[in-house]
Amino acid sequence: MTETSGTETRPVLEAHGLVKRYGHVTALSGADFELLPGEILAVIGDNGAGKSTLIKALSGALVPDQGRILLDGRPVRFTSPADARRAGIETVYQDLAVAPALDIASNMFLGREMRRKGVLGSVFRMLDHKRMQAEASDHMRDLKIGIKSIKQAVETLSGGQRQGVAVARSAAFARHVVIMDEPTAALGVKESGMVLELIRQVRDRGLPVILISHDMPAVFDVADRIHIQRLGRRVAVVRPAETDMAETVAIMTGAAPGNLDDAANGNGTT
Amino acid sequence: MSTVTATDRTEVSQQRSALSRASHFLTLPAVGPLFALLLACVYFSVRTDRFLTGANLSLVVQQVMVVGALAVGQTIVILTAGIDLSNGAVMALGSIFMTKLAVHSGMPGIGAILIGIAVCTAFGALNGTLVTMAKLPPFIVTLGTWNIAFALTHVYSNEQTITGLPTSLTFLGRTFPLGNTDVTYGSVLMLLLFAVAWYVLRQTAAGRHVYAVGDNREAARLTGIPDRRLLLTVYTVAGVIYGIAALLLIGRTSVGDPQAGQTDNLDSITAVVLGGVSLFGGRGSIIGALCGALIVGVIRNGLQLTGVPSIYQVLITGILVILAVSVDQLARRRRT
Repeated sequence: MTETSGTETRPVLEAHGLVKRYGHVTALSGADFELLPGEILAVIGDNGAGKSTLIKALSGALVPDQGRILLDGRPVRFTSPADARRAGIETVYQDLAVAPALDIASNMFLGREMRRKGVLGSVFRMLDHKRMQAEASDHMRDLKIGIKSIKQAVETLSGGQRQGVAVARSAAFARHVVIMDEPTAALGVKESGMVLELIRQVRDRGLPVILISHDMPAVFDVADRIHIQRLGRRVAVVRPAETDMAETVAIMTGAAPGNLDDAANGNGTT
Repeated sequence: MSTVTATDRTEVSQQRSALSRASHFLTLPAVGPLFALLLACVYFSVRTDRFLTGANLSLVVQQVMVVGALAVGQTIVILTAGIDLSNGAVMALGSIFMTKLAVHSGMPGIGAILIGIAVCTAFGALNGTLVTMAKLPPFIVTLGTWNIAFALTHVYSNEQTITGLPTSLTFLGRTFPLGNTDVTYGSVLMLLLFAVAWYVLRQTAAGRHVYAVGDNREAARLTGIPDRRLLLTVYTVAGVIYGIAALLLIGRTSVGDPQAGQTDNLDSITAVVLGGVSLFGGRGSIIGALCGALIVGVIRNGLQLTGVPSIYQVLITGILVILAVSVDQLARRRRT
């Protein structure tokens, strides 16, 4: 996969010294972050480690008090999820953020509808249902998500298929990064496996993925690297191949020291 | 050999697509209400030969045109998981403004109409502002504005019915011949309102967003839909439609009546619910709401023609409302 030993690999998305305070509570105290091209980076951490605050900052859901975020080496400032989306960062949420009564195609193009060409589209604002359905079918087929009809309501799908719609939507529109916030939290074992497979496929199509998850076996199963967040900071970056779950959990809970404890020195384990 | 298989395959796929189209049609939300409407029409056609005449059907549409127009606004509000209790009273206030300005202040018809519509629009915008900015439940907001509009109607009209209206206000009550039948312009305007609402809801992004916000507001917001602006727009547009309903009301009654429209808010909700639109938002069709309004009209008319006391129409409507909501609830339970 990605060569991390070569320090030349420029991160797709990086953050330096992010700070976020809520009154007296410090959620992020100088957190760093780095996502490399073509990788699945898992972000783990105990409750209150600042994991979701970090992700919210990266996806535009909140604005950090201090620190810098760089996309493809260029500084960016997101003030809303729409900003991040415009910059090419798509997020999949844990609670199946789809409109259940709407069909698959409508969900996939929600907020980004295509209009008919010519006067019908420009003056009468008429939607191009056919084209959206065709493209939505293509996206679902690309990720090998089997469905009966693109016109069926999302609520007629299983939980895994619904999350599949959300993943396909983000993969279709993301130009740089897909963020998956606990995408399997609401799913059963078999369905989780299906979604993990989708995450791999998204990566294999060239989009780097940030995966936030509590599910350690899943993290070890799919992640290329693991970002460990503790007390508002990144304390370690490990590779599943070079460590084990017990050690990772020890770092996460503070029982073992992380490899980045003293300073934010860029690359993870070597 | 290979050509044979190819043809076979096309035939199979054609059959399948015809079948899937048929099954898709049956799942359309307006099919149930449409079927109920046709059933009611067939029943009354068999019972009396005075039902299925052009003149009588034109009368039915005329009788539902005011509640029908209100139901258009009510539908778009309910699709966003809201409710509007104020629409009848807002319409009455608008009609008093139009008639009083034209008759007592001698304002030209068009000016009076525009001010009346503006008053209704302002009430819609007020509803929308309170729902989105103050984050109050639509039921409470519109319960409040219902009473406010009702009181203003009575204060402004001095409890007087305004008569002697110029034709520039009552033109929607006039008729034109369609075949052997006289049809009022108001009936056509109501059907036009439904057609425009259908187009916007079904064929434009804004319409899809109305459904999405009513279905799962958080998910809609996360996809970048400006949910608050959309809700504000929906309530305001509903206000405009109530203004048009006020003009329909004047066309139908030829007076400015402060007592008008007192149960029309509930009647419009009845039409929407009978039309299969879910009170939980995000589901249903505007065509269903039209069917719902017509079902009430057909039953009322049919019972009159067959000599049944009109109070039984109220009884039947009550039963139908409970049936319609039960079907919606059952469908919801099966889905989850």
